[in-house]
Parts: sequence; structure tokens; C-alpha cells
Amino acid sequence: MKRTGVFICHCGINIAGTVDVKKTAKDLSKHPGVVHSEEYVYMCSDPGQNLIIDAIKEKKLDNVVVACCSPTLHETTFRNTAKSAGINTFQCEIANIREQCSWVHKDMDKATEKAIKITKSAVERVRRNESLEPISIPVTRRALVIGGGIAGIQSALDMANSGFEVILVERSPSIGGHMIQLSETFPTLDCSQCILTPKMVEVSKHPKIKLMTYSEVQDISGYVGNFKVKILKKPTYVDPDKCTLCDECTKVCPVVVSNEFDIGLTGRRAIYIPFPQAIPATYTLDIKNCPGLLPIACGKCADVCEPEAIDYDMKPEIIEEEVGAIIVATGYDLYDKENLAEYGYGKYADVLDGLQFERLCSASGPTMGKVLRPSDHKEPKEVVFIQCAGSRDPELHCAYCSKICCMYTAKHAMLYKHHVHDGQAYIFYIDIRSGGKGYEEFVQRAVEEDSVLYLRGKVSKIFEEKGKIKVWGVDTLTGKDIEIDADMVVLATAMRPSKGAEELAKKLKIAMDKDGFLAEAHPKLRPVESVTSGLFLAGAAQAPKDIPEAVAQASGAAAKAIAILSQERLFHAPTVAKVNLNLCTGCEMCVHVCPYDAISLKDGKAEVNEVLCEGCGTCSATCLRAAIQVKNLTPLQVHEMIRTSLGG
Amino acid sequence: MMAEEFEPKIVAFLCKWCSSAGSDLAGVSRMQYPPNVVPIQVMCSGSVSPLYILSAFNKGADGVLVSGCHPGDCHYIKGNYYARRRIALVKQLLEYIGLEPQRFQMSWVSAAEGTKYTEIIKDFVQELKPLGPQTKLRRAQ
Repeated sequence: MKRTGVFICHCGINIAGTVDVKKTAKDLSKHPGVVHSEEYVYMCSDPGQNLIIDAIKEKKLDNVVVACCSPTLHETTFRNTAKSAGINTFQCEIANIREQCSWVHKDMDKATEKAIKITKSAVERVRRNESLEPISIPVTRRALVIGGGIAGIQSALDMANSGFEVILVERSPSIGGHMIQLSETFPTLDCSQCILTPKMVEVSKHPKIKLMTYSEVQDISGYVGNFKVKILKKPTYVDPDKCTLCDECTKVCPVVVSNEFDIGLTGRRAIYIPFPQAIPATYTLDIKNCPGLLPIACGKCADVCEPEAIDYDMKPEIIEEEVGAIIVATGYDLYDKENLAEYGYGKYADVLDGLQFERLCSASGPTMGKVLRPSDHKEPKEVVFIQCAGSRDPELHCAYCSKICCMYTAKHAMLYKHHVHDGQAYIFYIDIRSGGKGYEEFVQRAVEEDSVLYLRGKVSKIFEEKGKIKVWGVDTLTGKDIEIDADMVVLATAMRPSKGAEELAKKLKIAMDKDGFLAEAHPKLRPVESVTSGLFLAGAAQAPKDIPEAVAQASGAAAKAIAILSQERLFHAPTVAKVNLNLCTGCEMCVHVCPYDAISLKDGKAEVNEVLCEGCGTCSATCLRAAIQVKNLTPLQVHEMIRTSLGG
Repeated sequence: MMAEEFEPKIVAFLCKWCSSAGSDLAGVSRMQYPPNVVPIQVMCSGSVSPLYILSAFNKGADGVLVSGCHPGDCHYIKGNYYARRRIALVKQLLEYIGLEPQRFQMSWVSAAEGTKYTEIIKDFVQELKPLGPQTKLRRAQ
């Protein structure tokens, strides 16, 4: 029989005040297999630990139980103590007789009786523990970043500047994300393009970054340190190396479609460059809108392309890459127009969303920086901004606060006044949330310097009459009905996870929260990690956030990824599931319940990928034949623990 | 002389990440509850096999508690959903064979819910006392 040692800690009087430690030690000394049992005032102190080390060596102990505080506190301490005495770390188990016994009871006899049961239960467990070593896995020292907005750009640059190779995948033809569409940024009114384009250029020129635009992640397999990724590179039908940006092709293209970059305020051709500073600087042929690739159908662009950059034979490519860590920065989209019909959004040309208004203010926008009504190109003299359009409305829309709208609406009203000096801006709001460095002062500036009129209340009706947009609402502070004959209405529409994020999350096995944003591993302490090891989150994909927050999280995610990439090998807890091939019938029930897809069928039997397995034991509870068990917490161990817990 | 009050023996399967941590918090906050429960820490409520529950009753438990993370909060993504489904079936089975339904409970206790854990234990003990010892599934001594 294995030789077990038991060490009961007094923890001063924390344990000894309620549990009769002498009686517990004496009782345990009579338990089968226990050859050494003693108590000491502070087991975690140096003399306490030395006591354990000496006993292991002198009494030739195979394993030990330390009855003390919760394993969350000193399990590692005592396992290392056991290791330094020459036994395996898993030959040490903790009996929690403080948090779960002495601290919650007063009756000494009963608490002692319970402490004895808890300790015996730990003895029965440790006697059946296997000696295990951490599972060592090699690391592919390069990273994948999904999404080329500001968050993805920042993560990619941080990792690349730390010396690691990065693959940056962006599904649209250029990187830049939504930030590149913005005119100015709050609270400094920095020009968005001016601060972002240097970073975009840095990405394109960086020797460590492989930029893949117009590409999408198709499939992902593997695990932390060793992911295999399949990326679909969609054909742009233009060779970026040959293209000289002469713009001759767009002049002959007969197709005009809505321009995504200006959110439909302008049109573009089927062959186009998203915006002048696009990275990569090249044209893309949008095949969905092209009349046909065959020269017989159209072929005008290829005819005029002198450098012969247009290649109709370009095919989609699947590129396989291996990476050690992945950062998901898929960003956001605005709440769908169809959902906000009550505000006339999508119905009246002069009811815009925030991004459209950004384009109107932008010097490179459809009106070259003049704020003009899309319907008749006249300067609007009265503009109504409506906050929380779709946010903070659990009955009809999104329950959450989109966080950035208070600030950007203040900015919009301010920019509008800077463009139209004699105009009047009204803002309907529920609350003003201006937490952030310089944010509250910014809002105050809008009120004081730009005479923005804040109206606390919701808008009840919007309709068009005689060329004006009538806005009816209530000012809940004065109780008065408000009617404004507006020339333009701007909605601060809710932020939604970007379209396609759900599909991607499923491929990556990242959990989503109730609103569809990607779920972090812990809302407070692990805000940049996903529950899956090696997958990190950055930017608005995780929750609505503004640029500084997105950048901070992106750098945080990069630092977390670097922590993996900077190591040659990673170590994984070895308490994983193990299959007894003699008992397994290949029924596949464990395969289906495993939350980590760690089990597969091989030659008709379950096989556990030890690196993916987190040791939760769901498989073991599902198996009808006890053919799959988690190491060091096997059904046999649990049954013995139940027996001793009941005084048997 | 009055007979000594019956003290039920309870086995509680607590998941490591939420319920055991919640029970630890009850201790750190020095909350008080009856000493009838002996906790067994498991990795996840989803790892609690129906056999563990039957085994506990068989070995003399008067009550069994399984406690995990709240739905949606499972450390292992979805283990507690499997637990919930499985335990509903076990409950039916136990009722079918004539065990009082109060003897077997499931709860959701997060790492922040020391108070809730304390209340659950107090209530459980109170509910079990009038039932007396569990003999239906107890192995003959």
C-alpha cells in the first residue's frame, strides 16, 4: 500500500480555533495507508514546509495531503514543496478545512468531524493519483490578425515591431476599417485620416507583416501555439504590382453602384479603388457588379489598361498558414437601417446615420467637406441629432449602450457649426455619458462655444413635410412638446458586431455574448483573452468602444499573444481525459459533448487531443461505460471520496 | 428524554470555478451554516455522473447537492448545460423509484455568491430534517 503523509495546519487560530487539530491528526493517523500525521501552526511557513520535506524523505512518503486553506491559495506552494522533496507535484492534494469548514462553523466537535471527513476524502484521492508531468507543446512563432481596422492594425504593428511575423487578414479591398471613414476624432478633433494613414503605410511596408486584403479566414484548426488557418484570397482581377493608379479603367466602366466607403452617398464603378489612400494602393474589380469577365460582355477596362494590370483569369486562392496565436479584431457595423424605420432612416434622403455624416464633414467626402443635404444639395440650417437610435432600448432594439455616440454626436454638432456658422444644432439625448480624458470638457465646449441645444427626451415621430423633416419630441426636463422643422436628421445608430462575426466566431470556437459581441474569458480580469487559449480579442468586436480603448485593447491583445510567441514551448495541465480502449465502443457521445472538440474517433475508438482537452470531465460523465476518465479525478477516486465524506 | 435531533448527511458536488469559489467566499466572509455538508470539488458540474449521485445515496447520504456556474457562465463554455439536462433526468429517476424529491438538488452559485451558498445549505438542511434518514437507496450495513 502507498505511504501517505497528512499535515494539518492550524493557520494560527483560523483553523485550530474551531477544528480540534490534534484530534484530526490522531484520527487520520489511524486511516489505512497513512504512515505519518502531524499538525503545525503554519504549514505554509518555511519551517512548516520543511516539516513536510523532512517527513517525505524520512518516512519515504509516496504522497501527501495538506489540510489547510482553499487550494486556490496554497495548492501550488505545497505541490512545489512536494516536488522539492523528490515526489511528483500531483502526489500532493489539499484538503480545504478553513474556508469550507473552520470559518463557517462554530461547534468544535462537529467542525472537527467534518474536517476529518474532508481530509480523509483527500487521502483517498491522492492515493490514486497518477504522477504526471505538464504536456509540452512547441510554438509556431508567428501570429494571425483578423480584421484590418485600427485595432487589427495596432495589434499587427505591436507584434511585428517585437520581431514576430504577422499575417493581417482583411476582407475588404483596403485596410483602415471604419476609422478611415471618419472626418475628425473626439476630443481633439484630429483629422482621422491624418493619424491613421501613417499606420496603414507602416503595415504595408513592414518586413514582418504579410498583408492579405480581400481575403477571408475560411477554416481554422489546431490549438494554442499551433493553429492551422485556411485563408481564401478572393480575386481582385487587378495585379497590384502592375497597376499604376492611372484611373483610366473607372472612366470607361459602364456600371455605377452604391459606394460603401461613403455609405451610399456616392456611387462607384464596378472597378474601383475604395479611397485615394487605400492600402494596398490598387484597384479591385467587383465581380458581383461587373457585367462579365468575357471580353464579349464588356472588357472595356482591360482595353484601356496600358500596363495590362487587369487579369480576367485571376482565380480565388486558398492559402494555408500556420500560426501560434490569433487576434480577432473584426470590429463593428451600424445597426441595420430597416430596424429604424420609425426615424425615417432609409426612407428620407436627409435622415442620415453617424458614418454618413462623417463622410459629409470629411474634406475628401462626397461634398468635399461641405455639409449639404443629400436631397437638394442645400446647406441645412437646422439639424437634429438623435442619440441612442437603437441603443438602450431593450424592448425594441439593443439593450446595451453603444458607448461612443454621446461623444461623436457632440463632435458632429460641433463640426456642423464649424461648417455652417449660422446653423442650429439640436441633440435629443437620454443621458450624456462623457467618461474619458477630456470628454466632459468637450461636451461642455459644444454647448458653450457652439450653442448646441441639448434636449433631454426621445423623439416620437419624424416625417417629411414641404421639404422639411418634422421632428416631434418631448423635452422631459421642461415637460414641453418640441416640434422642429429640421433640414437634416442625424441618427446616432447603435453599434452591432460586424456582419459575419458570428460565422467567424463559430469557426474559431469563440463564445459570443447575448448581443453577439465576442465573449472575453473574464469580464474584469481577462478582458482581452477569449475562453480558447491562444485566441485574443481586440476592438469593437468584443464590445462597443472608442478609438483609444480599441487601441489599448489591441496593444493588450498583442502583449498577450507575444507572451505565447516569445516561448519556444508551452506547457499544458496534464489532468486531461484518457480513453480506455478496451471499454470504448466508439459510440461518439463524448465526441459530441466535448466543449473543445478535443475528442475524435480514430479506428472506431475515441481519441483525446491532450493539448485541446481542458479536463472538464463532461465526457466522463456522459460515457455509459466509464471508458473515458479525467486523470486524477477518476470515477473510482470520486466514489472513494464520497464514501469517506459520508464517514465510511 | 427527547431523542437527539436528526442531522442529515449531505454530499455537495461543487464545481471548482464558481460554486467551490462561492463556498470559499462564504468562508472568507465568515458566514455560518450547518456542518452537515461535506463538499467534493469537481472540475465542472458537467462532470457529475448520475452514478456519483446514486453512489452518494447508496453510501448513506440523506441529501445530495450539485452546484455549478450559472447558465451561460460555465468555465468550460457549456458543461453546466449538460449537467442541467442530465440532472433533470436523474431527478425523475429518483422520484420514480420513490425517493423524496427534496433529497436531491441542483443550484447555480457563482464565485461572488457566498450568501447564496450559505442560504442554500441552510434551507437544504432544514428541508431534510423532517424527512429523517434516507433508507431507500442505502446499502445494507
